[in-house]
Amino acid sequence: MGTPAIEIEGLTKDYAVGFWRKRMRRSLDNLTLQVEEGEAFGFLGPNGAGKTTTLKLLMSLVFPSAGTARVRGRSIDDVRMHREIGYLPEQPYFYDYLTARELLDYYARFFGYPLAERRQRVTRFLERVGLADAGDVQLRKFSKGMLQRVGIAQAIVHDPQVIFLDEPMSGLDPVGRREVRDIILDLKRQGRTVFFSTHILSDAEMLCDRVAVLLGGKLQGVGAPGEIVSMEVYGMELFFEMRPGFLLPTALAGSATKIGERYRVEVPEVQLYPVLEQLRNCQARILSVAPLRPTLEDYFLKLVARDKADPHPAGEGAR
Amino acid sequence: MSGQSHTRSVRLALLAVPVLFLAIASLQTRIDAQTRTIAQQKEELLLRSGPLLKKLSLGYDSLLADIYWTRSVQYYGTRIGSPGEKFELLWPLLDITTTLDPKLMIAYRFGAIFLSEPIPTGADRPDLAVELVKRGVAAIPDDWRMESDLGFLYYWHLKDYAQASATYLDASKKPDAPLWLKIIAAQVAAKGDSFSTSRAIWTELFDTAQNPAVKKNAFQHLQSLQAQQDILELDKYAGDYRKRYGRYPETVKELYQSGLLSGIARDPAGIPYIFGPDGKAQLDPKSPVIIEKPLARSPR
Amino acid sequence: MSAIPAVVAINTFREAVRDRVLYNLIFFALMMIGASILVGEISIGISRLVIINLGLSAISIFGLVMAIFIGVGLVSKEIEKRTLYTLLSKPVRRWEFLVGKFGGLLLTLTVNTILMTLGLAAALYYVSRNFLRADASVLVAVYFILLELALVTALALFFSCFSSPMLSTLFTLGVYVSGIFSKDIRDIGMLTRNPAMQAAAQVLYYVLPNFHNFNTITAAAHGESIPLSLIWQNTAYAALYVMLVLIAASAVFSGRDLK
Repeated sequence: MGTPAIEIEGLTKDYAVGFWRKRMRRSLDNLTLQVEEGEAFGFLGPNGAGKTTTLKLLMSLVFPSAGTARVRGRSIDDVRMHREIGYLPEQPYFYDYLTARELLDYYARFFGYPLAERRQRVTRFLERVGLADAGDVQLRKFSKGMLQRVGIAQAIVHDPQVIFLDEPMSGLDPVGRREVRDIILDLKRQGRTVFFSTHILSDAEMLCDRVAVLLGGKLQGVGAPGEIVSMEVYGMELFFEMRPGFLLPTALAGSATKIGERYRVEVPEVQLYPVLEQLRNCQARILSVAPLRPTLEDYFLKLVARDKADPHPAGEGAR
Repeated sequence: MSGQSHTRSVRLALLAVPVLFLAIASLQTRIDAQTRTIAQQKEELLLRSGPLLKKLSLGYDSLLADIYWTRSVQYYGTRIGSPGEKFELLWPLLDITTTLDPKLMIAYRFGAIFLSEPIPTGADRPDLAVELVKRGVAAIPDDWRMESDLGFLYYWHLKDYAQASATYLDASKKPDAPLWLKIIAAQVAAKGDSFSTSRAIWTELFDTAQNPAVKKNAFQHLQSLQAQQDILELDKYAGDYRKRYGRYPETVKELYQSGLLSGIARDPAGIPYIFGPDGKAQLDPKSPVIIEKPLARSPR
Repeated sequence: MSAIPAVVAINTFREAVRDRVLYNLIFFALMMIGASILVGEISIGISRLVIINLGLSAISIFGLVMAIFIGVGLVSKEIEKRTLYTLLSKPVRRWEFLVGKFGGLLLTLTVNTILMTLGLAAALYYVSRNFLRADASVLVAVYFILLELALVTALALFFSCFSSPMLSTLFTLGVYVSGIFSKDIRDIGMLTRNPAMQAAAQVLYYVLPNFHNFNTITAAAHGESIPLSLIWQNTAYAALYVMLVLIAASAVFSGRDLK
């Protein structure tokens, strides 16, 4: 396997809070984690869980109270490490008096490319994120989605091996989110490591090889999305329509919900065929039948609920 | 709909702003008139300390000196002609100006004249003038004009001829000093007060004056000197006339007609002299020429 | 030596230009034009003196205002707008960022000052109809003002590394004014009979940046020549002090958590 792309060991961050800065608030508690090369790794957790703190620690924007971390074998203390990484902060803001092209060119200058190569890279990456036409527009005129794309462009303009994205999908419309997803998949295809934090679980499920779940500064679990939640089917979901003049079978009246003209009902797997029979008898039109599996979201909500009930859960580890 | 309310407020502004400005301006003139009457009773300079101002100016002292210099000139210019004016603030203003910029020669030269001139032309404080110019001599040691002005003060106002002569001699030793300084020094030492010396000094002040008020003042002095000399001459001719005709002449025309003078004696302003009832020659009261400081009628 | 500070500097300069900071030059030009025309009427006999005094004082004051107000925002603006986060993810050391910001503002101030000096020269020519040898001292005075501005910029940058823009402005102004009065502060300390106070006053004198060293506006106005030795001494003083301040700023900034 070789050196992991990212190695985090016991990373801890305490902040002094309060007017006199007397109290300590631990925003990251002893995080230990490894991400392999080429993985798409999701960093999950609700707001305030410590995801952004972790990324800032890795970027040396803030300094750890304890613990170490290495990226591609280089300590985060080493400024040369930054040559191989790209970073997109949460809700980024860029110098709004610059155009997109000027911004990329500015950041590209930190890598010492000769003029021709730099120009070429800027053009290439503007195209890559779909901003070829907007290259000479000032950033203050950019929409949120366009800013996000510029942000990704600046994070990859130097072809880094490891890319860190903080909530890359936040605030985007479905089209924007699709575009970002495609870019992440593309990077993965190129063999790069993508580490991104998000609280949108469906994205994580779809994109990530592995995820880590953070809550209250503590790591709750690491593993493939499927490992974290069991793949067991726990029921079936049915969608159907009633024909005019027919009534809903009484057995289903309590459990079925009406959505517009359609009905939805969840039934245990064993009862699938009896229910189908009932529906056939009243000539209902079956629209879809699908198995129900627990999602990351369910796991998540359970975790959050458990945390609320007992704010200091013991132990970590998968599940 | 914001377009409409915007147009309305723009129109209101275009109308109201000039009107309000007019009202404010007329109010300001009222306020100024009010403060002027108060100020006339007691003029105040809030900060009189030159050294303090120099510190407060945070390094912009020469600019502040220019401002105070301008104030000094304006102060003098607006008050000259007011009856009974004593120019009490002239000294503090010039004091501050020269403390802020000790090399501002023009301020010393202005003060040399108008601090020492008697009322109504100046503040009648030759002692302060001397103090000011002495400062100038110390601050600009290589310029002959400061010593020359000091010499003038000793000669004209303080009548200390020994000191005047010595000062003019010092002045003559400075770089680029004109020759006449040595001559004046000698003349003053020998004869003290005299017409020719005075005329030479005032002529030089007139020639080198940069400030119009100073120039005008020097010109008036030259006229006054000329008139005094003329009057002395006329008295002599009047005496001759009396010897011949048994009485003093009544007009200069008579002198001319008698053949004793080849023309009608006129003062430097071109107005004929007149004779007083005692037979002494005088300036016509209508003449703009004034004899401010009658010289002691020393022989020759 | 890396070129990274230059990259940051050029961008900082570009920001100032696009922020229309240089428009202050229009105001300066109007002022000099007005002064040149009026000066003959109002201040009799000393028109050249007044133009130089006014011009140099304006160059100094405009420059100071710019150095302080832009200077205190150099770091805090990037933190507030969070553009610093992206920047520091690049291979940039924190001190390189600071030096670059300093350089960019200094470049802006230099360009501004040069343009103003040209305006002053034009006004002087208009009033005197020719250039005198003595006008060289005006150029030296301008150079000293620039040295002063460099030092003020460094101070503003330093304070902005750890305090808010408002506090940084007050601190910078405070140090500037103290630096002008530093001789007097020392003299007052020397007047006391207490040897501890006297020693403290001496130390304070050497610690404070002595801005009064750079003030040659009066001399330039009177056309006095400024000794060569003072020129290189002031240059060295400014360079050393700026270095000191930037090193201190780097020390403070390198350990700072960016929230």
